[in-house]
Amino acid sequence: MEWLRAMMLPAQGSAFAAEVDFVYMALFWLSVVLFIGIAFPAIYFAWRYRYKPGRVTPHQTHNTLLEIIWSVIPLLLCVGIFFWGLNGWMKYAVAPGEAMEIQVIAKKWLWQFEYPDGSRTVNEIHVPANKPVRFVMTSEDVLHDFFVPDMRVKHDIVPGRYTEVWFTPTVLGVHHVTCAEYCGKGHSDMQAKLVVDNDVDYAKFVETGGSEWEDYKMNPAAWGKLQYERKGCSTCHTLDGTKIASGGPSWKGIWGKMEKLNNGTEVLVNADYVRESMMLPSAKVVAGFEPIMPTFQGLLREHEIQGLIAFIKSLGNDPNGGPPAPTVLSLPPKPDQKK
Amino acid sequence: MEQQFDTSKIGMWLFLATEVLLFGGLFVGFGLMQARYPQEFIEAHEHLQRPLGALNTVVLLISSFTMVMGVNAAQRSDKKKLVMFLTLTIICACIFLGVKYFEYSHKFEEHLLPPRWYHAQATDTVRDAQGNVSHGYGTFFAFYFMMTGLHGIHILVGIFLLAWIAVRANRGEFSHAYYTPVDLVGLYWHLVDLIWIYLFPLYYLIK
Amino acid sequence: MEQSLKFHSKVADLPRPVKNYLNNDPGIWSWMTTIDHKRIGVMYLVGVMSAFLIGGIFALLVRLSLLTTHHTIFGIQVTAEVYNRMFTLHGAIMVFLFIIPSVPAALGNFVLPLMLGAKDVAFPRLNLASFYLWVTGAVMAVASMIIGAVDTGWTFYTPYSTTTSGTVTLMTMAVFVLGFSSIFTGINFVATVHKLRAPGMGWFDMPLFVWGIYSTAIIQVLATPVLGITLVLLALERVFNIGIFDPKIGGDPVLFQHFFWFYSHPAVYIMILPGMAIISELIPTFSKKTMFGYRAVAYSSVSLALLSFIVWGHHMFVAGQSQLATVVFSALTFLVAIPSGVKMFNWLGTMYKGNISLETPMLYAISFLLLFAIGGLTGIFLGTLSVDVHLTDTYFVVAHFHYVMMGGTVIAFIGGVHYWWPKMTGRMYSEKWGAIGCALVFWGFNQTFLTQFFLGSKGMPRRYYNYLDQFQPLHAFSTYGSWILGAGLFLTAINLLASLRKPMDAPDNPWGGTTLEWTTSSPPITHNFEDQPVLERAPYDYRPEVVAHS
Repeated sequence: MEWLRAMMLPAQGSAFAAEVDFVYMALFWLSVVLFIGIAFPAIYFAWRYRYKPGRVTPHQTHNTLLEIIWSVIPLLLCVGIFFWGLNGWMKYAVAPGEAMEIQVIAKKWLWQFEYPDGSRTVNEIHVPANKPVRFVMTSEDVLHDFFVPDMRVKHDIVPGRYTEVWFTPTVLGVHHVTCAEYCGKGHSDMQAKLVVDNDVDYAKFVETGGSEWEDYKMNPAAWGKLQYERKGCSTCHTLDGTKIASGGPSWKGIWGKMEKLNNGTEVLVNADYVRESMMLPSAKVVAGFEPIMPTFQGLLREHEIQGLIAFIKSLGNDPNGGPPAPTVLSLPPKPDQKK
Repeated sequence: MEQQFDTSKIGMWLFLATEVLLFGGLFVGFGLMQARYPQEFIEAHEHLQRPLGALNTVVLLISSFTMVMGVNAAQRSDKKKLVMFLTLTIICACIFLGVKYFEYSHKFEEHLLPPRWYHAQATDTVRDAQGNVSHGYGTFFAFYFMMTGLHGIHILVGIFLLAWIAVRANRGEFSHAYYTPVDLVGLYWHLVDLIWIYLFPLYYLIK
Repeated sequence: MEQSLKFHSKVADLPRPVKNYLNNDPGIWSWMTTIDHKRIGVMYLVGVMSAFLIGGIFALLVRLSLLTTHHTIFGIQVTAEVYNRMFTLHGAIMVFLFIIPSVPAALGNFVLPLMLGAKDVAFPRLNLASFYLWVTGAVMAVASMIIGAVDTGWTFYTPYSTTTSGTVTLMTMAVFVLGFSSIFTGINFVATVHKLRAPGMGWFDMPLFVWGIYSTAIIQVLATPVLGITLVLLALERVFNIGIFDPKIGGDPVLFQHFFWFYSHPAVYIMILPGMAIISELIPTFSKKTMFGYRAVAYSSVSLALLSFIVWGHHMFVAGQSQLATVVFSALTFLVAIPSGVKMFNWLGTMYKGNISLETPMLYAISFLLLFAIGGLTGIFLGTLSVDVHLTDTYFVVAHFHYVMMGGTVIAFIGGVHYWWPKMTGRMYSEKWGAIGCALVFWGFNQTFLTQFFLGSKGMPRRYYNYLDQFQPLHAFSTYGSWILGAGLFLTAINLLASLRKPMDAPDNPWGGTTLEWTTSSPPITHNFEDQPVLERAPYDYRPEVVAHS
């Protein structure tokens, strides 16, 4: 009967899908039987007992036994079906502890996803096959709903709070995610792709961190600004020259500057210096600051590092819109010259 | 006539049931919001003027008493007393609305209003990191105005009903043989009073 | 004509009265100020049929827009904003202007006092007020459509409904007014049933139509005020930002859903109970056999009314309510399935060994049995938690509720209109065209909506302007079905209206019915009965010795 199931239901993308389909098909056949049980008598009686003038009908006002039977048996059936549905639902309702968590922010009319390592994607998610994944969701505006037909999961996304959905995808390839709670003009265009990868492809995805950075290929400084905000740099480094207690130097106007270090030497602020400061922050500490910056080794992807470098460069000597510092290395100024 | 009187009473009781459900929704909403913002609701309700609320409660209770006396007078075909008691009931109702006017003015002056127009009070303790007060305060007053406002509209409608009955009574339309409208308006009035009996402690008294 | 004459009762028709409720006191003003329940019923009938026409046109337009992924209707491009308004108005008009008032206000008003042997309802002037409230609500709703219309869906979920542009406040206030029309009708009917029954008519001597209308009236009185306050809160949130439903000002969007469905689930029983009540009249009458399990059917009507209040959360299984609530509501929902099932079996038991004639009303009754069966059975899918997660918010739900609301209530309503048509108008419609209309409606309905179960289970969400290419064939098939359905309904309407040109010569009791409305003339005189009827015969008693003396 697989052809019948396949006609009525989408592909089974998870083990849960197969369980749900089993219940669905059972209910389907039960409904067919019960429908025939009603339709057949209705039509048969209309024919078999069709009008004949003068015929007297029996005065059957009730039959208590029969009425009890046809009340109790459906009741028992209903109770059984309720527990069957409850059983399956309980699996859906509680995510396993080891599930990877992906944050979902729904807004009119797109999907934003954020991975545990901070990388973000829009309208596309990659997940590894055969590992449970849990979506923690909120909305920035109105109600939305995260519906993945192949996985048989669905839950509303409510602004002002968090709701959850989880599943373990088993089938590789692209599955469809679609918004299922009316949210206005773009409701039917609010789609996303769920890509279930094998380990190799998933590793590749993790490396590149999704597709968002591709939008910034032409504007690495803007990409760097986003990393500044998302990766925690803003906690310790300001952009306006002010100092944060127990923080680091402001990034305002440092590009191309000869920075004094705490060991008395000086260093030119260029791409190499910035990169080293992220990977080995204790190697060169600016005078007046503590060596407390944590390393970002393994936490930043290559394109994110390049973005940050471009961003700091764009802050130049005047982050309020002055011309960017030259990209060409310049000789250190003579000691009596001030920048 | 008996059947008509009985029938009218059934109709009025059914209507009162709908009123209970109408206000019931608001009571439920209030309860849920209070569970959500317990501290804010406690602090906000301190701004309500308990003496005025208590005065209004006494006034309405007196009005229910005068109403009952009015129905009684109608049953005894005592036209003079009926008109007198109806008038007293109306006066009580007007006092109620007058007191409400003062209460509302105070709220408007102090900007104790729904979230959109609420002004933070010095005594408000639930704030976020930027010092903005929680929405719970404004929500309290939103419910305050909605529920006392809806109740007030019912009092106003009641005044018109009472006035209409009083005019008809003055014309001699009621006696022990027929006093259905008086009885029905009486039922309505008692319900309006009863709703206030629930509103008053809920808003003014409960900690 | 001959075919129906063979059924009419043994009592010779009284001489046809010259003045009946239609021609007595003519003139527009007398109709507009009438307190005659029959005239009010007829005015309601005209009103709700007009609403059905408008709602139906929106439905056809929606289906046309979905015919292809190009969104054109007769070459005109339909935008998403327009589509969203069309489906919202289809729902709002059909639910609030048509289906909720339809059976109680149009048929109930006309038939209830006659069935009870009464002169009128308990509060005739309140009845007229109810009608004018309906008219006011209708005018407000139409105005809101013209000014800017609403695109929230008939369910008005927040925070979209509190923040979108459009005439939401006006439309919700229109529904508020309509709610009072419904409440006053409910109050009227409860009082009428309690107090105005003919001598000799105890509770268990009442026709089952009365039980159904009475149970409906209870729901109308208790549930509608909650909708009223919910809509007021919605309007206040929109206008004054009171902070109850919008999370940005401290509110809870799910709270709106609880409030809304607390009314709207009982509301669907306001829709179906009167429909079932009609079927309980049609089946015994056209089977010439007593109702099987009268008491069970009566009790099931009241128990459905009461149980309907405790299952509202089954509309919110994935909305964000607590898990405990979800489990409890699913369990209770299965409970509420039982009384409906009991009625089905009792109707079949009535047909068994009956003497069945297939006049148009009976054709609709049998259609009801089949269509409501499908509607009810698909409700089981939706009550089953693990399966509901997949099916909710998809076309499966759309198909389910159209089967119960349209395949159930509307089919019963049309059957009832045909059944009481001779009583109301004094004319017989053409049986041939009635049957053809029924066949087209049945065929068209199934083609339109059975298809949608599959669209839904395959993953097609509802309220979608656009859809994936793979769904196009099913959508097209459904749209073609809507044309057949529309044609059938149109034909049925023409058939009924055409009968009005015939002379008024319908017999008092063309169908051999046993309830009191068939003992008076067709159409009845203004005060219903010449003399106060006294009940001597239980309803649906077709024993020959009883029939002979009736």
